[in-house]
Amino acid sequence: MANKLVAHMGLAQSIANRLAARNIRTAKDALSLPEFDLMTLLGVDMKDVKEAVARISEVACPPYQTALSLLEERLMNDTSGGRLPTSLTGLDDALGGGIPFGVLTELVGPSGIGKSQFCLKLSLLAALPASYGGLDGRVIYIDTESKFSSRRMIEIGRNSFPKIFHSEGMAQEMAGRIIVLRQTSLSEITER
Amino acid sequence: MEVSVLPIASAHKEKLISAGYTTLLSIVGVSASRLAQELIIPHREAVEIIKVTLKCCRAVGLEGTHAVLKGSRTAWEMLSDEQNLKLIRTGSEDFDGILGGGIHCGQVTEMGGVPGIGKTQLGIQLAVNVQIPVSYGGLGAKAIYIDTEGSFMPERAYQIAEACIMDTWENLGFSRKEIEDCQEKMQPDHFLANILYFRICSYTEQIAVINYLDKFLEEHKDVKIVIIDSISFHFRQDFKEMVQRTIVLNEMSRQLMKLAERFAVAVLLLNHVTAKHTEGSFQLTLALGDTWSHSCTNRVILYWDGNDRHARIEKSPYLPSASAPFSVTGKGIRNAITHCKRLRMM
Repeated sequence: MANKLVAHMGLAQSIANRLAARNIRTAKDALSLPEFDLMTLLGVDMKDVKEAVARISEVACPPYQTALSLLEERLMNDTSGGRLPTSLTGLDDALGGGIPFGVLTELVGPSGIGKSQFCLKLSLLAALPASYGGLDGRVIYIDTESKFSSRRMIEIGRNSFPKIFHSEGMAQEMAGRIIVLRQTSLSEITER
Repeated sequence: MEVSVLPIASAHKEKLISAGYTTLLSIVGVSASRLAQELIIPHREAVEIIKVTLKCCRAVGLEGTHAVLKGSRTAWEMLSDEQNLKLIRTGSEDFDGILGGGIHCGQVTEMGGVPGIGKTQLGIQLAVNVQIPVSYGGLGAKAIYIDTEGSFMPERAYQIAEACIMDTWENLGFSRKEIEDCQEKMQPDHFLANILYFRICSYTEQIAVINYLDKFLEEHKDVKIVIIDSISFHFRQDFKEMVQRTIVLNEMSRQLMKLAERFAVAVLLLNHVTAKHTEGSFQLTLALGDTWSHSCTNRVILYWDGNDRHARIEKSPYLPSASAPFSVTGKGIRNAITHCKRLRMM
């Protein structure tokens, strides 16, 4: 929305031309300046500036929805209610079903407490077929401290879901759904 | 009103009319020395004429008579307005107490605290409480929720709405007919449908939505609260130059104050906290800097005192500095647990 082009917003031609002449191309450019500065920059009346800013704001503003339609969307979008159950009943209860979709969840703890182990288990849960309570999906695992151990993960899989992991080729299938990225520096992570 | 009704010498009346002053209002804004010059009369006589005119205007209740400065109003005129300001309750009686009854419409209130203290919970609670029907002590109005961080959970809003409705039924006994009338409105679904939600992903969108509210509120006159959660998220990281940030923030606060006053809505801004170095130690203070701190009518800081949540009025033109405990429960914002214990013992 911030990068919407001012030229396509249906402004009066004279204002649109002046904005273009001053290299004000996107909504972001126009709205970052106070109205007074815009007035001096474009050489027009304050009234015209206010009208233009009102129009640009209206177009750049994202549409609204009611909280009710937001709720209905969330319930509809995913059969598991938009969450990844962690298989820990207490935690799932507290989280309202599991780790929610569409938001960032941060797992915090001192070293040795089991964060990486938790992540391994979650990766498996996400990869499992729906019939076994999983999301039947793929996982991107960004490992910055080289703590990901495939061997350990398969061991967890064998012990937690013996039925799946002991059948032919399933271990390979599950492990194949987990994509591991090993980034060694900050710049590499942000690039990704 | 005609100059001819003024109780002054007819010679003066003639001079006034021939100089072009035909109505009382035309005399009101003029200075005594100018009037003396135009009518060719001594200065003190001009002063007398103006005094008498003002008296006459007041007697007949002409508007704008005190408008020596155009658009101004006297403090007395504003007093009745201030007393009639509508309030939105927070759900905690102690908290409402220090706020003077609740969040005021027509004013910008800023609330800030450490992550996890309950800012979003407060925002959602107020978006629900504004909708309580007038017959139950609320405003029966809608809410606008501007979410910049993605922390709004509709499921939680549903939970809070449900609890609010149940508590309202419980606390107030009403006739069967009144209950039936409100039955339709007092459903959690209906409450959720009255929260108008904007999801903002950049500071440009934030500026755009605040500018657009001028037109939006004109079209949705039943909105009585605008909640911005949070005001500072997009401004703490995207700006390379602080000077530009300050200018943009000033514009934004000006807009918000204008909106609050023009549409008589409550504007609630939720803010983060940061550490400020004063007098050799670090103190928690609201984010966005000192210049921003001048921008709101009322500032409230939310903080932890041991295991309890408290709210403190940090700045207000009329509320005394005080703090109050509150709690965040499954039902939403409520009195602190100790408050309830105290009542039970009594």
